[in-house]
Amino acid sequence: MTAVATTERRLMEGSEAIADAAIAAGCRFFAGYPMTPFTELLEYLAEKLPAVGGVCINAESELEAVGMAWGALATGARAATGSTGQGLSLMQESFSEITLAELPLVVFNMARGQQDYFQATRGGGHGDYRHIVLAPLDIAEAVELTQLAFHLADRWRNPVLVYGDYLLAHTHEAVSVEPVSFPALPPKDWAVDGSRGGSGDSRLVTPLGLGKHGHEAPGIERHLRTITAKLTDIEREEQRVETAFCDDAETVVVAFGTPAKFVRYVVNQLRDEGEKVGFVRPITLWPYPSEAVAEATAGARTDAVFELCAGQMIDDVRLAVLRRAKIVGIGGISTDGSGFGVGPLLDAEVIRDRVVAVHRGGAGAELPPLPVNERG
Amino acid sequence: MSTEPTGPVLDTTSAPDHARKVADLKPDLLLSQEHHMCPGCGEPLALRVYLEALQELGVAQRSIMVAGIGCYTAFTSTVDVDLVQALHGRAPSVATGAKRMRPDAVVFTLQGDGDMVNEGLQEVLHTAARGEKVTCILLNNGVFGETGGHMTATSVLGQRTKNSLDGRDAEYHGYLILIGDLIARLQGAAYVARGSVHNAGAVARTKRMFRRAFKTQLHGEGFSFVEVLTMCPTGWFIPTGDGPDYMHETLGEVHIMGELKVDGVVKTTEELHDENVAHQREVEGALERGGLDR
Repeated sequence: MTAVATTERRLMEGSEAIADAAIAAGCRFFAGYPMTPFTELLEYLAEKLPAVGGVCINAESELEAVGMAWGALATGARAATGSTGQGLSLMQESFSEITLAELPLVVFNMARGQQDYFQATRGGGHGDYRHIVLAPLDIAEAVELTQLAFHLADRWRNPVLVYGDYLLAHTHEAVSVEPVSFPALPPKDWAVDGSRGGSGDSRLVTPLGLGKHGHEAPGIERHLRTITAKLTDIEREEQRVETAFCDDAETVVVAFGTPAKFVRYVVNQLRDEGEKVGFVRPITLWPYPSEAVAEATAGARTDAVFELCAGQMIDDVRLAVLRRAKIVGIGGISTDGSGFGVGPLLDAEVIRDRVVAVHRGGAGAELPPLPVNERG
Repeated sequence: MSTEPTGPVLDTTSAPDHARKVADLKPDLLLSQEHHMCPGCGEPLALRVYLEALQELGVAQRSIMVAGIGCYTAFTSTVDVDLVQALHGRAPSVATGAKRMRPDAVVFTLQGDGDMVNEGLQEVLHTAARGEKVTCILLNNGVFGETGGHMTATSVLGQRTKNSLDGRDAEYHGYLILIGDLIARLQGAAYVARGSVHNAGAVARTKRMFRRAFKTQLHGEGFSFVEVLTMCPTGWFIPTGDGPDYMHETLGEVHIMGELKVDGVVKTTEELHDENVAHQREVEGALERGGLDR
């Protein structure tokens, strides 16, 4: 794969720099539908992808754009889609299932403000899924995080969303698109190229936990639990955060994305004036850097959350700060063989054992193992 | 390609000890004959002919199937072809992405009428209009079989379903969509055909349609589409054995069988009628001679 990148520093619109970064990361397929302020990213990719042997389709709707990316991903290509939060609302059903199919989708949200925090971190789709969410501060960081997005998507076989906005997409900055090196990834031994028909070894890319006849398949319950376990690993390993001046801060301001650059400027200014103000910037919105936020705010009198919406990330700050509360989940995934019904966890005896475990041992108690659906 | 499957081969070195039926022979591209379809279902017949067509064209080792969601989804584990499971209605877009990244592969979707004509109508229309070099296969039984017999956008007027108990009424439920006819009028569609599996002649004819559709894709001529009318006695609430006749007399009278578009030329309903009469004569003649040219 030839990495095509603009290595010289030049004045570039954010959308163009992100398009170049995606191509430098090996993205060869993009499908999108115009919507402000995302449109320019689509324009640049429509111009630049064919020049490197890639494909950019002007999809007839967001639903079709994400479906096209799904098909390209299934063949092992690096592929992406994007829109604003409004357009991404239309893609949520596919986002859920692409996550369950473990396909490495990269999504760009050039959001209208920061109102899509819940959509990005909780998702508007069905099921137990999360996307890794990277929120760049400016264009230079977006160039790095865009490339990281493709790497993480492949590493975890899980979608990654890059959360940008109008400022990121439309501001011009002098930047260079340097290709970033990442550790080697395992081969995509799950991708379909059409070559295995009739061999008895053909492949199946599915969100349903099924396999081809005669090959071992997890079944839906085990498949869903495997995904959950993977999300726990991501949560442990992929948190990214920037903090400043928090040791003695009386007030800590938490912000993300391009508004965080303004907040950081203000905090620096106040520090220069001798005010004890600190700064925390989650770079990954999921997994949320809860430990770091809790630590950074531990000595503060006030935790202030600045976001360009009615208040969405503030929930995660509250959760981070309150994380030592004695709350523990005692449920879990449990389905019948079809995935349509309920499994053996919904049983009074089983529930009783789990209630008793935490009643005796507290929130840190070891829970009895989840019962397994014997009928697979 | 020496490992290319060769198709069912009958041993003719000695006289058979019993009569063989087509149903006894498993297509090579099927890993198992086990399935959970209802008795009288037409979908396994359609499955057989498109798998045989793929094999006979020698493209089994360069094929990617994209499955929709319906009863036929159960075949995703047993079809021995590289396969991507799509969401309900969304297979044509998934096929588009796969084809653009693997232009040498034969990429085709398998969808039902609920999947394609209800949930995903815009997907198949846009894919056809774009002239995307994929093949979309529609198994049309005019009913949501998997949920237990509910009205779809292709249910014919008068058809009883669980949510049109007194029969589909145009005034109340609206009219149906003749999807093949609609697609045939799109510039990007190169080959459009509507077959059926209600008798042996129709099965043989449908197989020819699959071959032509896949060839259309292989030659890069544009979008190809094969609609297959399939029996669903369970979803039609009729005795199993009545399926083929019921299909012929209800769906078959409205969704007219035949090649709707060949080499860019759209055929009229009258032309299709004439072809069907000629085909019927051919079948009857062949049966009198004792066999059908499959």
